[in-house]
Amino acid sequence: MATNATQTPDTGQHLEVSRKRKRKVPTEVSIFLVLVGIALLFEILGWVVRGDSFLMNPQRLLIMILQMSIIGIIAIGVTQIIITGGIDLSSGSVLALTAMVTASLAQQSDYARAVYPALTDLPWLIPLAAGVLVGALCGLVNGALISFAVIPPFIATLGMMVSARGLARAYTDGQPVSMLTDQFTWIGSGANPVIIFLAVAVIFHIALKYTRYGKYTYAIGANPQAARVSGINVRRHLVLVYTIGGLLAGLAGVVAAARAGTGQAGMGLMYELDAIAAAVIGGTSLAGGYGRVTGTVIGALILGVMLSGFTFLGVDAYYQDIVKGAIIVAAVVIDQYRQRKRNKAA
Amino acid sequence: MATMTAETLSPDTAEYLLEVVDARKAFPGVVALDNVQLKIRPGTVHALMGENGAGKSTLMKIIAGIYIPDQGEVRLHGRPLALNGPLDALEAGIAMIHQELNLMPFMTIAENIWIRREPLNALGLVDHAKMHRMTEALFERLGIDMDPETEVRHLTVAGRQMIEIAKAVSYESDVLIMDEPTSALTDREVEHLFRIINDLRAQGKGIIYITHKMDEVFEIADDISVFRDGQFIHAAPAGELSSDKIIQLMVGREVTQMFPKEEVPIGEVVLSVKDLALEGVFEHISFDVHAGEILGIAGLVGSGRTNVAETLFGVTPATGGSIAIDGEAAVLSSPHQAMLRGLALLTEDRKETGLFLGLSVLENMEIAVLRDGYTRGAFVEQRRLDHECDEMTELLRVKTPSLDERIGNLSGGNQQKVLIGRWLMTHPRILILDEPTRGIDVGAKAEIHKLITKLAAKGVAVIMISSELPEVLGMSDRIMVMHEGRVTGFLDRADANQVNIMELASSPVEQPVVED
Repeated sequence: MATNATQTPDTGQHLEVSRKRKRKVPTEVSIFLVLVGIALLFEILGWVVRGDSFLMNPQRLLIMILQMSIIGIIAIGVTQIIITGGIDLSSGSVLALTAMVTASLAQQSDYARAVYPALTDLPWLIPLAAGVLVGALCGLVNGALISFAVIPPFIATLGMMVSARGLARAYTDGQPVSMLTDQFTWIGSGANPVIIFLAVAVIFHIALKYTRYGKYTYAIGANPQAARVSGINVRRHLVLVYTIGGLLAGLAGVVAAARAGTGQAGMGLMYELDAIAAAVIGGTSLAGGYGRVTGTVIGALILGVMLSGFTFLGVDAYYQDIVKGAIIVAAVVIDQYRQRKRNKAA
Repeated sequence: MATMTAETLSPDTAEYLLEVVDARKAFPGVVALDNVQLKIRPGTVHALMGENGAGKSTLMKIIAGIYIPDQGEVRLHGRPLALNGPLDALEAGIAMIHQELNLMPFMTIAENIWIRREPLNALGLVDHAKMHRMTEALFERLGIDMDPETEVRHLTVAGRQMIEIAKAVSYESDVLIMDEPTSALTDREVEHLFRIINDLRAQGKGIIYITHKMDEVFEIADDISVFRDGQFIHAAPAGELSSDKIIQLMVGREVTQMFPKEEVPIGEVVLSVKDLALEGVFEHISFDVHAGEILGIAGLVGSGRTNVAETLFGVTPATGGSIAIDGEAAVLSSPHQAMLRGLALLTEDRKETGLFLGLSVLENMEIAVLRDGYTRGAFVEQRRLDHECDEMTELLRVKTPSLDERIGNLSGGNQQKVLIGRWLMTHPRILILDEPTRGIDVGAKAEIHKLITKLAAKGVAVIMISSELPEVLGMSDRIMVMHEGRVTGFLDRADANQVNIMELASSPVEQPVVED
């Protein structure tokens, strides 16, 4: 009986708790398993239906990741916006607008019908900076409308979605902007879009986890009133978050134009929904306060694998959309279920 | 076993309206209730007492059919009930009035009460005229004076509570469960509620009444059951118990000193407020707070106490008057500004304006100091923060499995301690506490009181708002009393008592209202 435990005073024993930072299995692990499962499913179906391997084809995998890179860059911007409890419907249109602007500043001098004949053969940094800036500006307008005009994010960004698409069309009267310089298109060549995507992912993973910017973002999403009373300038921070979201859509627009070698007003159609889907499939809660970049990256990969897999199997695009829609809804159902569990615990 | 059967069949058990026998309920990792019993006599108010986490709410949810017990049973009029959901309980005659009100704001009072049971006319459409008459009849019975056609969103919290009660009564329930019904009510509204409860008692109903307020218990309860850590501890008629005895049963030990007030040297004036005003809410608020002083602010709900606190902290910047800190004029136009001048505010409503429920204990605690010396550039010095939050949880004796635990999983008292920790980490010189111990258990309450005293001893100027008069009286050096957005008087610790505070809080012009 005279063990050490019994000798501890009563109060001490009562309060004895381990304050070690215990690590729980993060949501991302389960999403990653879903990704692996889907990939394996296509592998099996591949052998059954086509007698060919789905995964053992580096070319196909590269194309898949390349396709997802642009949506992935947007999705990271959208993820941090959703974490604040907001939404961004404008990213696809902003991508189109920035693609037009960036392409118009990246044209070759020997092209007779350049948008700005005086501004051709510019170094690649100028169209890149211009594109990113235009994107950030669109985001700034979104953020200002939401913070200072107190318009719901859904409506503010819906307005931007429609207007930015119109601006993209008006910019050249609907004409595509082509004949871009080699140094500009280099941005989108080879595996560069993937590298840019991964760099953005790493930067934002760190920013959300280890900086004040990230901590404030989560706090605002979890409880904006408490955030304000904790001394956070909620309005200013939201403007910043939407501006950065727009900036990333702008960057995606630059990459898309560089990769396609042209800027077209119809680019990025419905990308905003794919980006939201990637975030939601990746576990970001539409209620705000929860979400991770790693989850969104995996979410984007899931969308990519599905697209690539269905194409590989020769499934019609209509059916692809049906399944994609179902998966998005399933992800939200799972999110709701998780929230209910959380609330029950509270 | 034989005795059990005999007991069930014997006539004296049937004298109980409601019985819970040997109930047990376990959740993953925790036994919430074990071997719990409860016996409600018809025509009585039965108070359930216990600290947070004692199992009262779990027991109520079993009676109301929300939880299904792992073991044991609920008997109504001596007959065992099989409850598979709240609707079963409602139909059997057990109604629960929820702490969070469940009314539809854009529907009328009548529609809310009779929802799911609307009277229909010959065409199968809702008969609004009849519904109106039914509501009026119900209100007459309860002495409620409200227009059944008012939309619920126009009602005060108290009004909504009355509607919830009327709705429960409309089910002709034999057992009504009230979970802290007075937590948002003014004294006058509480009086009305108690009148209704007395009527229901006279009609032979059984009322289960959960509260933390000791004075209420003795005013309204016939019987008292005490719970602790999921166990049934004691049941007795209210007349046989004293409040000291109940507290002792609740905490399982003697609470030696409820208010550990220490006399500390009072220092210089730290905060000086002159003629502070917020248009349409309060005006002419003037007071000084000294280092080491605890200034209590008393007043009824709606007197503007919380508004003054929020204005001082820059949440709703003042529209008139001046604030000086250390004799220097200060403009406090945002919480950040206020924090820079050494202020901290523990807000009244933990869930609304305090907690980030979905985030961890750590994330809740560190949020206010992310800019003051805990950052290098944009980056947060996480290791230092972890360390200090760790020390703070230890200092405040927060019971949590880890700093990464979601704060929603902690008890109310521990959540409050984390929020206090959040502000202590900012090293405030002026600490405003708005209802620091609302809705938390006796043990945690005493710890928080001790902590406030310690802070004052260290020279922090404390402003404490509280609706609990014993708390204000026990903790404050001076008490400022407010009524309808005005200061109606200051009382020194030595002169203050419940009577003169209530006089000042009720009205400066009318005849003093004396409460016993």
